[in-house]
Amino acid sequence: MALDPTSGPALPKARTGIVGFDDVTFGGLPAGRPTLVCGAAGCGKTLFAVTALVNGATQFGEPGVFMSFEERAEDLAANFASLGYDLDGLVADGKLAIDHVRVERSEIEETGEYDLEGLFIRLAYAVDTIGAKRVVLDTIETLFSGLTDASILRAELRRLFGWLRDRGLTAIITGERGEGQLTRQGLEEYVSDCVILLDNRVEDQITTRRLRVVKYRGSAHGTNEYPFLIDDQGISVLPVTSAELGYGVSNEIMSTGIGGLDAMLSPGGFYRGSSVLISGMAGTGKTSIASSLVDAACQRGERCLSFVFEESGDQICRNARSIGLDLKRHVENGLLRFEAARPSLFGLEMHLARMHRDIERFQPSIVVLDPISALRGPNSEVQATLLRMVDLLKIRGITAVFTSLRTDGTFEDDDDLGLSSLMDAWVKLVSVEANGERTRTLYVIKARGMSHSNQVREFQMSAAGIALIDAYIGPAGVLTGTARVVQEAEEHAATLRRRQESERRKREVFRRRQGIERQIAELRASLEIAEDEEAVLVTEDEARDTVMKKERLIVSARRGAAE
Amino acid sequence: MSSAPTDETSQNRYLLRLFIAGSSPRSRRTIENLHRICGAYLAGRFDLEIVDIYQQPQLAEQNQVVAAPTLLKLQPLPARRIIGDLSEEARVLRGLDLQPVTPQGRDGR
Repeated sequence: MALDPTSGPALPKARTGIVGFDDVTFGGLPAGRPTLVCGAAGCGKTLFAVTALVNGATQFGEPGVFMSFEERAEDLAANFASLGYDLDGLVADGKLAIDHVRVERSEIEETGEYDLEGLFIRLAYAVDTIGAKRVVLDTIETLFSGLTDASILRAELRRLFGWLRDRGLTAIITGERGEGQLTRQGLEEYVSDCVILLDNRVEDQITTRRLRVVKYRGSAHGTNEYPFLIDDQGISVLPVTSAELGYGVSNEIMSTGIGGLDAMLSPGGFYRGSSVLISGMAGTGKTSIASSLVDAACQRGERCLSFVFEESGDQICRNARSIGLDLKRHVENGLLRFEAARPSLFGLEMHLARMHRDIERFQPSIVVLDPISALRGPNSEVQATLLRMVDLLKIRGITAVFTSLRTDGTFEDDDDLGLSSLMDAWVKLVSVEANGERTRTLYVIKARGMSHSNQVREFQMSAAGIALIDAYIGPAGVLTGTARVVQEAEEHAATLRRRQESERRKREVFRRRQGIERQIAELRASLEIAEDEEAVLVTEDEARDTVMKKERLIVSARRGAAE
Repeated sequence: MSSAPTDETSQNRYLLRLFIAGSSPRSRRTIENLHRICGAYLAGRFDLEIVDIYQQPQLAEQNQVVAAPTLLKLQPLPARRIIGDLSEEARVLRGLDLQPVTPQGRDGR
């Protein structure tokens, strides 16, 4: 909230225990003062009042008096038993007093001066009997139809509200919406401390309940119209989140449960508390990838809340089993909860309010919205709703997984409800259609604060789960599916051929080399023979020289003797 | 229908309960007015109970009293409630299902 509830002297407040309302008013209704709750028939005025009263009695130790001018006590008890309120039990415990004030015009004759002291005494008696701190008057304007003297009634009502204030009672006065004013009899004139307006509007055949704090004297309060919800859980108000971006961030990394996808993100997953968009056409596997994320989170012991708009929780569990994920187990363990509702069941505001309430109650660490494209309405409203949803989750540090169906199959990055800027990470699933087959591929368009793969990756879903496969990237471009398999086979064959060829050539070279080596050996042998011959010749020459020298000596010696 | 010949049956007997808030001038005035009317029209055939709702607040709730003073006609049926200080005699008589009478001939006597 943009308003600071702590500034200024704090006005004492009485908590209503109505989810969201105490936030909008920074603490509840003005304690010890009357509050006017007005709205048309069927807006939930009585429910609002009874809830505040019962919560006061059961949660805040403040007994209450319900003064009904319309419904009988037994009818009230029966009506609210369906919400789990045991009015009779509270009455028996002395925490609640119900007084039905019946004013039937046909039974009454007015003869001169009177006042409403009877009403005061009844109220005082009920208050004193149980020590009440809270009072509801529902709907006091009924008196105007039972009694004719409006001037007496007005004076008495003024006195009544003064009396309530003097007694320090936290009072809720309900009033039917009138023409041109908040209530038929202008009660807002008398109750000037706090006025709450309830509204029930039908737009495009979808009803949205809204609550607005028209005025709250002496206190800051949210001024918007807040959607609120009435169902079997009672009444809950959704405070519209602020546009502030002051939430803390986590550096913790959360695995997606798909090994290949983790590997595409450099830290090994998405940041906890970030918002992840998974978009793709019909049948590209959005829900399956979301289911993987959920399964991984549940296996880590985290709580997941899944809002599904097109399937039932059981159906998703069954379908997830086909890719080897046992989500049913997590549902049974209470870690996973599905909230399935048709988008057309409520207006956008109502969806938001419902989701907000469920998130508050379940306190999940992961929330899945599958698919957000099912939320129908004017684009600006859808976007505003989702923006608030994203804010709501971010403030709580909840990881959000949104899936979005792209029916048009276009590749423009600027549509998707203008959501992309809200998302921290965006995984796009594309079915590639070629060669008479469809191949599932995915790529990460963006992932804030982390480096991520820019590759288109093929993925396959089987009973073993979702597995990413390296796409074929080669001179012929990126190939996937059968084309990738064919290309890989071709490459394999080519490699084989190349290897055979090279082996053949190796063998040839080897043979040639062997031939050369043989020739070398032969030559070497003839060389050796030649060398031998040469040696013989040299020896012979030397021997001959020696013999000749010897013979010459002998001859010379013989000559010498003869001389 | 109201002024049938005098008959001391329980159907004809008026059972009245007057709720007043304390002994204010208005309360006193109311009691005076009631005694006067009853004395004139219902002499001898009415039972009156006066309740001070300050003293017995639970009776106010039990009898669905909103305004003060309130006169409750419990018998004969149908039950009616007459609020105010009973200063408008014609309206009080209408509430009690009695015919206003002219001075000379009291109806049913």
